[in-house]
Amino acid sequence: MKNLKFLIIGIVFGIILSKSEVVSWYRIYEMFKFQSFHMYGVIGSAVAIGIVLMQLFKKEIIKDFQGNPIHVKPKGKGFIKTFVGGSIFGLGWALAGACPGPIFVLIGHGVWSILIVLLGAVLGALVYGLLSEKLPN
Amino acid sequence: MEFISQPWPWYVAGPAIAFVLFLMFYFGRSFGVSSNLETLCTIGGAGKVSDYFKKDWRARKWSLIFVVGIIIGGFISSHYLMPSHAIDLNPVTMSELADLGFANAGSTFIPDEIFSSENLGSVKGIAILLFAGLCIGFGTRYAGGCTSGHAITGLSSLQLPSLVAVIGFFAGGLLMVWFLFPLIF
Repeated sequence: MKNLKFLIIGIVFGIILSKSEVVSWYRIYEMFKFQSFHMYGVIGSAVAIGIVLMQLFKKEIIKDFQGNPIHVKPKGKGFIKTFVGGSIFGLGWALAGACPGPIFVLIGHGVWSILIVLLGAVLGALVYGLLSEKLPN
Repeated sequence: MEFISQPWPWYVAGPAIAFVLFLMFYFGRSFGVSSNLETLCTIGGAGKVSDYFKKDWRARKWSLIFVVGIIIGGFISSHYLMPSHAIDLNPVTMSELADLGFANAGSTFIPDEIFSSENLGSVKGIAILLFAGLCIGFGTRYAGGCTSGHAITGLSSLQLPSLVAVIGFFAGGLLMVWFLFPLIF
């Protein structure tokens, strides 16, 4: 089963997010209150190493498991959609104390009320899909 | 054994997340979670109401399986790798939260004031969870990514749209925590 590796990577990711307390509502609150370095350290160090990885991908020093060059898909441009969309996401991130990854981790923790957040998130994606052609970029 | 009994510091977690990013690209995919929300819409039949969702979700199976793994990882951690579910908080944070009405901040991973099952019985409790979810789902799809897709993958590949998105994440988050929390709680 070729997708088994993604199951294992997901398990590892879920453990990392749990053991580093990134899935804790309190860690997100203190981040937005600038009362702890923890989240900045987590994201900052991941990005710092990520920058090096991306350069190694680009220069084809690291190739994928089949020996093909690794390309990173460019993100969609548009100031309004990234800024306004990002801000709306930020409201939800701070209120629920969880972004999409941690929502799924918390289901694993048995936090059943997070299912309401997931339901809302799926509905939110649905609303976006319905309006996508009418929204400014 | 301390690796299991104690929470991991940022300098373990950050590089570990970068390793996950590496593995996803090494195996020919990308690193991101929020696009699965759209895939769930497609599976639920949203293609009937909007062409936007007329996609072949089977092409995204690897990502759904990644998400199933995340849930299992959460289960394993919660049951076997976390002897304590308490969070060590800054005393300033604790007293601020007490003023907002959050008792015993940090005694569990998440506050009962938002996530307790009693909250599911009140309109306000459900509304808070649902509203937060709507913002997360709508916002990430409009922006084209969440913390993993924009903040980690996008910033790592030095993409300007991701920097704008992350500034947006903080604009929204700061507005919520500094100005809206005192009104909501």
